[in-house]
Amino acid sequence: MIVRISTEGQYEIKDEALERLNELDNSCQAAVDAGDGERFHACYEKLLELIRSEGTELEDADLRGSDLTLPPPDITLEEAQGEFSAHGLIPD
Amino acid sequence: MAGLTGRMSTVMKAKVSKLLDRAEDPAETLDYSYQKQVEQLQNVKKGIADVVTAKKRLQMQEATLKQSVVKLDTQARQAVSSGQEDLARTALERKNVAQTELQGLDTQVAELEEQQQKLTDSEQKLRAKIEAFRTKKEVIKAQYSAAEAQVRISEAATGVGEQMADVGLAMQRAVDKTENMKARADAVSELEAAGTFDDITALGSGEDDIDRQLKQLSSQPAVDDELAKMKSEIGAGGAPPAEQIGPGGGAAADEPKEHTA
Repeated sequence: MIVRISTEGQYEIKDEALERLNELDNSCQAAVDAGDGERFHACYEKLLELIRSEGTELEDADLRGSDLTLPPPDITLEEAQGEFSAHGLIPD
Repeated sequence: MAGLTGRMSTVMKAKVSKLLDRAEDPAETLDYSYQKQVEQLQNVKKGIADVVTAKKRLQMQEATLKQSVVKLDTQARQAVSSGQEDLARTALERKNVAQTELQGLDTQVAELEEQQQKLTDSEQKLRAKIEAFRTKKEVIKAQYSAAEAQVRISEAATGVGEQMADVGLAMQRAVDKTENMKARADAVSELEAAGTFDDITALGSGEDDIDRQLKQLSSQPAVDDELAKMKSEIGAGGAPPAEQIGPGGGAAADEPKEHTA
Protein backbone atom coordinates (compact mmCIF):
# COMPACT_ATOMS: atom_id res chain seq x y z
CA MET A 1 0.00 0.00 0.00
CA ILE A 2 1.26 3.48 -0.90
CA VAL A 3 1.08 6.26 1.67
CA ARG A 4 1.84 9.90 1.02
CA ILE A 5 3.07 12.20 3.73
CA SER A 6 1.99 15.57 2.40
CA THR A 7 4.79 17.97 1.48
CA GLU A 8 7.28 15.13 2.04
CA GLY A 9 6.83 12.15 -0.26
CA GLN A 10 5.34 8.74 -0.94
CA TYR A 11 6.20 5.50 0.85
CA GLU A 12 5.26 1.92 0.10
CA ILE A 13 4.42 0.03 3.25
CA LYS A 14 3.54 -3.56 3.96
CA ASP A 15 0.02 -4.43 5.00
CA GLU A 16 1.30 -5.69 8.36
CA ALA A 17 2.05 -2.12 9.40
CA LEU A 18 -1.52 -1.06 8.69
CA GLU A 19 -2.96 -2.16 11.99
CA ARG A 20 -0.40 -0.19 13.98
CA LEU A 21 -0.91 2.77 11.70
CA ASN A 22 -4.62 2.62 12.31
CA GLU A 23 -4.14 2.45 16.07
CA LEU A 24 -1.88 5.49 16.01
CA ASP A 25 -4.29 7.34 13.76
CA ASN A 26 -7.04 6.75 16.30
CA SER A 27 -4.85 7.91 19.19
CA CYS A 28 -3.95 11.04 17.26
CA GLN A 29 -7.58 11.74 16.53
CA ALA A 30 -8.40 11.26 20.22
CA ALA A 31 -5.69 13.78 21.17
CA VAL A 32 -7.11 16.22 18.62
CA ASP A 33 -10.61 15.78 20.01
CA ALA A 34 -9.27 16.38 23.52
CA GLY A 35 -7.53 19.54 22.29
CA ASP A 36 -4.21 18.24 23.60
CA GLY A 37 -1.60 19.69 21.26
CA GLU A 38 1.41 18.14 22.93
CA ARG A 39 -0.03 14.65 22.89
CA PHE A 40 -1.17 15.11 19.31
CA HIS A 41 2.25 16.20 18.04
CA ALA A 42 4.02 13.36 19.87
CA CYS A 43 1.53 10.86 18.51
CA TYR A 44 1.61 12.17 14.98
CA GLU A 45 5.40 12.20 14.94
CA LYS A 46 5.34 8.56 16.03
CA LEU A 47 2.93 7.73 13.21
CA LEU A 48 5.14 9.43 10.63
CA GLU A 49 8.22 7.70 12.01
CA LEU A 50 6.48 4.34 11.58
CA ILE A 51 5.93 5.08 7.90
CA ARG A 52 9.42 6.41 7.33
CA SER A 53 11.10 3.47 9.05
CA GLU A 54 8.87 0.65 7.81
CA GLY A 55 8.19 2.04 4.37
CA THR A 56 10.29 2.32 1.25
CA GLU A 57 10.34 5.72 -0.38
CA LEU A 58 8.98 5.72 -3.92
CA GLU A 59 11.17 6.79 -6.81
CA ASP A 60 10.45 10.38 -7.87
CA ALA A 61 9.42 9.25 -11.34
CA ASP A 62 6.99 6.63 -10.03
CA LEU A 63 3.54 7.55 -11.31
CA ARG A 64 1.46 5.45 -8.95
CA GLY A 65 -1.11 7.23 -6.87
CA SER A 66 -1.35 6.93 -3.10
CA ASP A 67 -3.91 4.85 -1.26
CA LEU A 68 -3.64 7.08 1.74
CA THR A 69 -2.61 10.70 2.23
CA LEU A 70 -1.42 12.06 5.55
CA PRO A 71 -1.38 15.72 6.55
CA PRO A 72 1.98 17.55 6.48
CA PRO A 73 4.40 16.91 9.36
CA ASP A 74 4.06 20.51 10.54
CA ILE A 75 0.28 20.37 10.83
CA THR A 76 -0.97 22.41 13.77
CA LEU A 77 -3.56 21.29 16.28
CA GLU A 78 -5.89 23.97 14.96
CA GLU A 79 -5.53 22.65 11.42
CA ALA A 80 -6.14 19.13 12.61
CA GLN A 81 -9.21 20.27 14.48
CA GLY A 82 -10.68 22.11 11.54
CA GLU A 83 -11.57 20.37 8.35
CA PHE A 84 -8.07 20.13 7.04
CA SER A 85 -8.21 21.29 3.48
CA ALA A 86 -5.37 21.40 1.06
CA HIS A 87 -5.37 24.52 -1.05
CA GLY A 88 -3.24 24.16 -4.05
CA LEU A 89 -2.61 24.75 -7.65
CA ILE A 90 -5.81 23.02 -8.47
CA PRO A 91 -8.73 25.37 -7.98
CA ASP A 92 -11.41 24.23 -5.54
CA MET B 1 -8.86 5.05 8.48
CA ALA B 2 -11.46 7.22 10.00
CA GLY B 3 -9.24 9.83 11.59
CA LEU B 4 -7.04 12.52 10.13
CA THR B 5 -5.66 10.28 7.46
CA GLY B 6 -9.09 9.48 6.11
CA ARG B 7 -10.10 13.10 5.83
CA MET B 8 -6.86 14.12 4.16
CA SER B 9 -7.14 11.33 1.59
CA THR B 10 -10.62 12.46 0.64
CA VAL B 11 -9.41 16.02 0.08
CA MET B 12 -6.51 14.86 -2.05
CA LYS B 13 -8.64 12.53 -4.16
CA ALA B 14 -11.12 15.32 -4.84
CA LYS B 15 -8.30 17.55 -6.02
CA VAL B 16 -6.75 14.94 -8.25
CA SER B 17 -10.05 13.98 -9.84
CA LYS B 18 -10.44 17.60 -10.96
CA LEU B 19 -7.15 17.29 -12.79
CA LEU B 20 -8.36 14.25 -14.64
CA ASP B 21 -11.35 15.85 -16.33
CA ARG B 22 -10.53 15.10 -19.89
CA ALA B 23 -11.55 15.24 -23.50
CA GLU B 24 -12.74 12.26 -25.51
CA ASP B 25 -9.74 11.71 -27.72
CA PRO B 26 -6.96 10.01 -25.72
CA ALA B 27 -4.08 11.39 -27.79
CA GLU B 28 -5.41 14.90 -27.43
CA THR B 29 -5.98 14.41 -23.71
CA LEU B 30 -2.42 13.24 -23.26
CA ASP B 31 -0.88 16.20 -25.02
CA TYR B 32 -3.17 18.64 -23.29
CA SER B 33 -2.43 17.15 -19.84
CA TYR B 34 1.27 17.33 -20.47
CA GLN B 35 1.06 20.93 -21.63
CA LYS B 36 -0.90 21.86 -18.49
CA GLN B 37 1.62 20.09 -16.30
CA VAL B 38 4.51 22.02 -17.80
CA GLU B 39 2.61 25.28 -17.32
CA GLN B 40 1.98 24.51 -13.69
CA LEU B 41 5.60 23.63 -13.14
CA GLN B 42 6.40 27.20 -14.22
CA ASN B 43 3.99 28.50 -11.59
CA VAL B 44 5.72 26.41 -8.97
CA LYS B 45 9.08 27.87 -9.92
CA LYS B 46 7.68 31.36 -9.64
CA GLY B 47 6.23 30.49 -6.24
CA ILE B 48 9.61 29.31 -5.00
CA ALA B 49 11.24 32.50 -6.25
CA ASP B 50 8.70 34.53 -4.25
CA VAL B 51 9.53 32.64 -1.07
CA VAL B 52 13.24 33.20 -1.62
CA THR B 53 12.66 36.92 -2.13
CA ALA B 54 10.64 37.17 1.08
CA LYS B 55 13.38 35.36 2.96
CA LYS B 56 16.11 37.61 1.62
CA ARG B 57 14.19 40.69 2.67
CA LEU B 58 13.90 39.35 6.21
CA GLN B 59 17.58 38.44 6.30
CA MET B 60 18.55 41.96 5.32
CA GLN B 61 16.41 43.30 8.11
CA GLU B 62 18.07 40.88 10.49
CA ALA B 63 21.50 42.17 9.51
CA THR B 64 20.45 45.76 10.13
CA LEU B 65 18.99 44.91 13.52
CA LYS B 66 22.14 43.04 14.53
CA GLN B 67 24.19 46.13 13.78
CA SER B 68 21.81 48.22 15.85
CA VAL B 69 22.12 45.86 18.81
CA VAL B 70 25.91 46.12 18.72
CA LYS B 71 25.81 49.88 18.32
CA LEU B 72 23.32 50.43 21.13
CA ASP B 73 25.27 48.12 23.44
CA THR B 74 28.45 50.09 22.72
CA GLN B 75 26.69 53.34 23.38
CA ALA B 76 25.21 52.06 26.62
CA ARG B 77 28.67 51.06 27.83
CA GLN B 78 30.10 54.41 26.91
CA ALA B 79 27.26 56.17 28.68
CA VAL B 80 27.85 54.09 31.83
CA SER B 81 31.56 54.91 31.66
CA SER B 82 30.86 58.58 31.52
CA GLY B 83 28.24 58.38 34.26
CA GLN B 84 25.28 59.21 32.02
CA GLU B 85 22.92 56.65 33.43
CA ASP B 86 19.77 57.97 31.76
CA LEU B 87 21.36 57.78 28.36
CA ALA B 88 22.62 54.26 29.11
CA ARG B 89 19.13 53.22 30.12
CA THR B 90 17.65 54.62 26.93
CA ALA B 91 20.22 52.76 24.85
CA LEU B 92 19.53 49.51 26.69
CA GLU B 93 15.78 49.89 26.32
CA ARG B 94 16.21 50.27 22.60
CA LYS B 95 18.64 47.41 22.43
CA ASN B 96 16.10 45.30 24.25
CA VAL B 97 13.44 46.09 21.66
CA ALA B 98 15.85 45.37 18.81
CA GLN B 99 16.77 42.02 20.34
CA THR B 100 13.17 40.99 20.76
CA GLU B 101 12.46 41.80 17.14
CA LEU B 102 15.61 39.99 16.11
CA GLN B 103 14.57 36.80 17.85
CA GLY B 104 11.19 36.94 16.17
CA LEU B 105 12.83 37.36 12.77
CA ASP B 106 15.25 34.51 13.47
CA THR B 107 12.42 32.09 14.10
CA GLN B 108 10.56 33.18 11.02
CA VAL B 109 13.56 32.96 8.74
CA ALA B 110 14.19 29.41 9.98
CA GLU B 111 10.57 28.45 9.34
CA LEU B 112 10.67 29.97 5.90
CA GLU B 113 13.87 28.11 5.18
CA GLU B 114 12.15 24.84 6.03
CA GLN B 115 9.15 25.64 3.83
CA GLN B 116 11.44 26.55 0.97
CA GLN B 117 13.28 23.25 1.27
CA LYS B 118 10.05 21.27 1.20
CA LEU B 119 8.82 23.22 -1.76
CA THR B 120 12.03 22.61 -3.66
CA ASP B 121 11.97 18.88 -2.91
CA SER B 122 8.36 18.67 -3.96
CA GLU B 123 9.04 20.56 -7.17
CA GLN B 124 11.86 18.17 -7.98
CA LYS B 125 9.53 15.21 -7.58
CA LEU B 126 6.92 16.91 -9.72
CA ARG B 127 9.45 17.53 -12.45
CA ALA B 128 10.50 13.86 -12.41
CA LYS B 129 6.88 12.74 -12.61
CA ILE B 130 6.09 15.09 -15.48
CA GLU B 131 9.10 13.76 -17.34
CA ALA B 132 7.94 10.19 -16.69
CA PHE B 133 4.48 11.16 -17.90
CA ARG B 134 5.94 12.56 -21.12
CA THR B 135 7.65 9.25 -21.86
CA LYS B 136 4.62 7.24 -20.93
CA LYS B 137 2.27 9.33 -23.03
CA GLU B 138 4.18 8.48 -26.19
CA VAL B 139 4.06 4.80 -25.31
CA ILE B 140 0.33 5.00 -24.66
CA LYS B 141 -0.30 6.83 -27.91
CA ALA B 142 1.69 4.28 -29.89
CA GLN B 143 0.62 1.05 -28.28
CA TYR B 144 -2.86 1.14 -26.88
CA SER B 145 -6.38 1.15 -28.26
CA ALA B 146 -8.58 4.11 -27.34
CA ALA B 147 -10.42 2.24 -24.59
CA GLU B 148 -7.25 0.89 -23.04
CA ALA B 149 -5.53 4.22 -23.38
CA GLN B 150 -8.15 5.88 -21.19
CA VAL B 151 -7.25 3.57 -18.32
CA ARG B 152 -3.52 4.09 -18.79
CA ILE B 153 -3.89 7.86 -18.98
CA SER B 154 -5.86 7.89 -15.81
CA GLU B 155 -3.18 5.86 -14.04
CA ALA B 156 -0.32 8.01 -15.26
CA ALA B 157 -2.07 11.29 -14.64
CA THR B 158 -2.97 10.33 -11.09
CA GLY B 159 0.65 10.28 -10.06
CA VAL B 160 1.32 13.69 -11.57
CA GLY B 161 -1.93 15.13 -10.25
CA GLU B 162 -1.19 14.01 -6.74
CA GLN B 163 2.27 15.52 -6.80
CA MET B 164 0.83 18.71 -8.22
CA ALA B 165 -1.66 18.93 -5.37
CA ASP B 166 1.15 18.27 -2.93
CA VAL B 167 3.35 21.05 -4.33
CA GLY B 168 0.30 23.27 -4.17
CA LEU B 169 -0.09 22.48 -0.49
CA ALA B 170 3.60 23.11 0.24
CA MET B 171 3.35 26.38 -1.64
CA GLN B 172 0.26 27.47 0.25
CA ARG B 173 2.00 26.80 3.55
CA ALA B 174 5.01 28.80 2.48
CA VAL B 175 2.80 31.69 1.37
CA ASP B 176 0.94 31.63 4.70
CA LYS B 177 4.27 31.86 6.49
CA THR B 178 5.42 34.81 4.40
CA GLU B 179 2.11 36.57 5.11
CA ASN B 180 2.71 36.22 8.84
CA MET B 181 6.20 37.49 8.35
CA LYS B 182 5.12 40.58 6.52
CA ALA B 183 3.37 41.74 9.67
CA ARG B 184 6.55 41.47 11.72
CA ALA B 185 8.72 42.91 9.00
CA ASP B 186 6.37 45.89 8.74
CA ALA B 187 6.53 46.39 12.49
CA VAL B 188 10.32 46.42 12.38
CA SER B 189 10.29 48.87 9.49
CA GLU B 190 8.01 51.19 11.44
CA LEU B 191 10.33 51.14 14.42
CA GLU B 192 13.26 51.86 12.14
CA ALA B 193 11.39 54.68 10.41
CA ALA B 194 10.61 56.20 13.81
CA GLY B 195 14.34 56.32 14.49
CA THR B 196 14.12 53.76 17.26
CA PHE B 197 17.45 52.18 16.45
CA ASP B 198 19.19 55.38 15.45
CA ASP B 199 22.19 56.79 17.18
CA ILE B 200 20.94 57.73 20.64
CA THR B 201 23.51 60.47 20.98
CA ALA B 202 21.67 62.27 18.22
CA LEU B 203 18.74 62.63 20.59
CA GLY B 204 18.14 65.71 22.63
CA SER B 205 18.31 65.46 26.38
CA GLY B 206 14.56 65.37 26.87
CA GLU B 207 12.57 62.17 26.74
CA ASP B 208 10.66 61.99 23.52
CA ASP B 209 7.57 60.15 22.50
CA ILE B 210 9.49 57.16 21.19
CA ASP B 211 11.13 56.74 24.57
CA ARG B 212 7.86 56.65 26.39
CA GLN B 213 6.52 54.03 24.00
CA LEU B 214 9.69 51.97 24.20
CA LYS B 215 9.57 51.90 27.96
CA GLN B 216 6.25 50.18 27.67
CA LEU B 217 7.53 47.78 25.03
CA SER B 218 10.80 46.78 26.60
CA SER B 219 10.81 44.71 29.72
CA GLN B 220 11.95 47.04 32.46
CA PRO B 221 13.51 44.48 34.89
CA ALA B 222 15.68 43.11 32.10
CA VAL B 223 16.95 46.61 31.37
CA ASP B 224 17.58 47.25 35.08
CA ASP B 225 19.52 44.01 35.38
CA GLU B 226 21.63 44.67 32.35
CA LEU B 227 22.39 48.20 33.45
CA ALA B 228 23.46 46.98 36.89
CA LYS B 229 25.64 44.32 35.30
CA MET B 230 27.22 46.79 32.94
CA LYS B 231 27.93 49.17 35.79
CA SER B 232 29.62 46.47 37.86
CA GLU B 233 31.66 45.24 34.87
CA ILE B 234 32.86 48.66 33.98
CA GLY B 235 33.42 49.51 37.63
CA ALA B 236 35.47 46.34 38.17
CA GLY B 237 37.65 47.02 35.17
CA GLY B 238 38.91 50.24 36.75
CA ALA B 239 36.95 53.39 36.01
CA PRO B 240 37.75 54.37 32.45
CA PRO B 241 38.16 58.05 31.81
CA ALA B 242 34.90 59.84 31.27
CA GLU B 243 34.61 60.67 27.66
CA GLN B 244 32.11 62.20 25.35
CA ILE B 245 30.07 59.65 23.54
CA GLY B 246 30.65 59.80 19.87
CA PRO B 247 28.74 57.84 17.28
CA GLY B 248 30.35 54.54 16.44
CA GLY B 249 33.26 55.31 18.75
CA GLY B 250 34.56 52.26 20.20
CA ALA B 251 35.22 50.65 23.52
CA ALA B 252 32.84 47.73 23.38
CA ALA B 253 33.08 46.33 19.92
CA ASP B 254 32.33 42.84 21.18
CA GLU B 255 29.07 41.25 20.16
CA PRO B 256 26.64 41.14 23.08
CA LYS B 257 26.33 37.56 24.19
CA GLU B 258 23.12 37.49 26.12
CA HIS B 259 19.57 37.89 25.05
CA THR B 260 17.64 39.49 27.81
CA ALA B 261 14.30 39.64 26.11
